[in-house]
Amino acid sequence: MADFQGKQMIEISGLTKRYGSHTVLDNINFAVDSGSIAAIVGRSGAGKSTLFRCVNLLERPTSGTVRVDGQELTHLSRRELRTARRAIGTVFQSANLLRRLTAAQNVALPLRFLGLSDEEVHQRVRELLERVGLLHRANHYPAQLSGGQRQRVGIARGLATRPSVLLSDEATSGLDPETTRSILRLLTELRDDLGVTIVVITHEMDVVRSVADVVAHLDRGRIVESGRVGEVVRRSDSPLATSLLPTDPAPAPLAGEVVWQLRYTDAIVDPNWLTRVSRELDTDIALLSGLVETVGGDHAGRLTVRMSGRLSPATVAGAFAAYGIHAQVASAADELAVAS
Amino acid sequence: MTGSVVTGHVLALGTPWDGVPALVLPALGQTAEMVGIVMSIVVCLGGPLGLLIFNTSPRGLAPHPRVNASVSWVANLGRSLPFLVLMATVIPFTQLVVGTTIGVQAAIIPMSIAGTAFFARITENAVREVPPELLDVGVASGASRWQIIRSIQLTEALPGLAAGLTLNIIAMIEYSAIAGAIGAGGIGYLAVNDGYEQFDAHIMLACIGTLILIVQVIQFTGDRVVRYLLH
Ligand SMILES: Nc1ncnc2c1ncn2[C@@H]1O[C@H](COP(=O)(O)OP(=O)(O)OP(=O)(O)O)[C@@H](O)[C@H]1O
Ligand SMILES: [Mg+2]
Repeated sequence: MADFQGKQMIEISGLTKRYGSHTVLDNINFAVDSGSIAAIVGRSGAGKSTLFRCVNLLERPTSGTVRVDGQELTHLSRRELRTARRAIGTVFQSANLLRRLTAAQNVALPLRFLGLSDEEVHQRVRELLERVGLLHRANHYPAQLSGGQRQRVGIARGLATRPSVLLSDEATSGLDPETTRSILRLLTELRDDLGVTIVVITHEMDVVRSVADVVAHLDRGRIVESGRVGEVVRRSDSPLATSLLPTDPAPAPLAGEVVWQLRYTDAIVDPNWLTRVSRELDTDIALLSGLVETVGGDHAGRLTVRMSGRLSPATVAGAFAAYGIHAQVASAADELAVAS
Repeated sequence: MTGSVVTGHVLALGTPWDGVPALVLPALGQTAEMVGIVMSIVVCLGGPLGLLIFNTSPRGLAPHPRVNASVSWVANLGRSLPFLVLMATVIPFTQLVVGTTIGVQAAIIPMSIAGTAFFARITENAVREVPPELLDVGVASGASRWQIIRSIQLTEALPGLAAGLTLNIIAMIEYSAIAGAIGAGGIGYLAVNDGYEQFDAHIMLACIGTLILIVQVIQFTGDRVVRYLLH
């Protein structure tokens, strides 16, 4: 796989899907590099699941092309498509486990379709259940499993054929933070250990921040914004950045003070910037709210601070800029005084 | 057979009780034989027919409106006539296939036709109950249509099929009793011929009792099987 690093594993171009006169996906262009995790976000009804279903051709695009691992799926014969689909693991919204099969039998299903021997199936299923931490639940039926456990069985089944691509539709929706974290850890392991290319569909920004390398925002069937997560969060006028790193509305400043909104613009920011800027400007900086994280290996931060109004705005902005931080006045006490 | 007169009615008490089993048991055997043969035919023909109807429907694995409409029409045909009328209608066909129009073998033909149509609908309904997302699981993992039918549709529909099969067996016992009218033998024939025509009250009561008992036993067993399959 090494020489394929950076190769595009999934390439969607000009993808349009209509149901009757209703255009659900409108000229989607999107690519995912081999061995990376892409997140597709968007509100309910935006067309996320439809896009997911178009990538493995569960739904045929009205027009446009879908390439997976260099293969143009829309041109394949029924038989070729079946083979191609085995390289694409699918984890469905709500797991979709067969009620009458145990966890182990559910995971075994795609392997049985492949016609593997009982011996091989048994061994592979053990490995998979172990990976998702459910070996002790192997012989339980879905009704006897919790939502998170069912979802993990669904993931194990999606991985059964050792796919090079994993598609997941809301695999963590409605799960508690602990279970969500364990599933996200699993996804990251799959990317890092096995080089699996992963597309996660989600409406949870936490998921995007913690695992995704790239993100695309789908709105009413169009991709309105996309890019590397680490880069997107540093954009100034980006709705996606704002939802990825939300800040509280600026609180009313005290008289003679100014509230500043700060945003990291550099990928790597000196962790001691706050104390350093404070020392350089010889002033106190009160931290009002903020979110600082490492996103896709890069530093990302949005903060609100309060500082004395004595300093010239240009000086303050310059001091922050030296550390790769964009500073912008949120509101000044004077303005507020005039207003009230 | 002895008769007696009770308060103005002519009522034959008929066969003494200790002679009843000798008549009822062989009849029960014939009923079992008839229903058994018919049910094997019904499952072998009606099952695939039901799968074909569902899978050629818009929600199926191979939608095909014309095939769907024709097969569906044929299945409706087998269910649209009251059994007695169906039996009379297919007499020429029965004559052609089994060479006679009376007796157990003759009854098997109309019973199989009605039963197959019945079971086709039962299969279609049971398979329709399988959530469509589960079929997606099969399609997405690269399964063939046949693999999806076997491993997903039939596996998940099994409890529904078992419940339907129970209904179907009971309906066939009823039909076998109606078929008694063409001398098909079995409990129904005994009840009609000896019990009703010859006013044999003991035979009549024994037949009624036996029919009630077997239907109860079959329903009870069917329910247990369904519960077992549901996990
Ligand atoms: N088979 C279909 N026929 C007609 N319209 C459909 C079909 N499937 C989806 N749609 C429509 O397409 C739009 C997008 O649906 P989709 O399921 O892709 O949304 P989503 O982004 O996954 O939403 P959610 O977050 O709620 O899962 C919706 O308006 C829906 O009504
Ligand atoms: Mg959806």
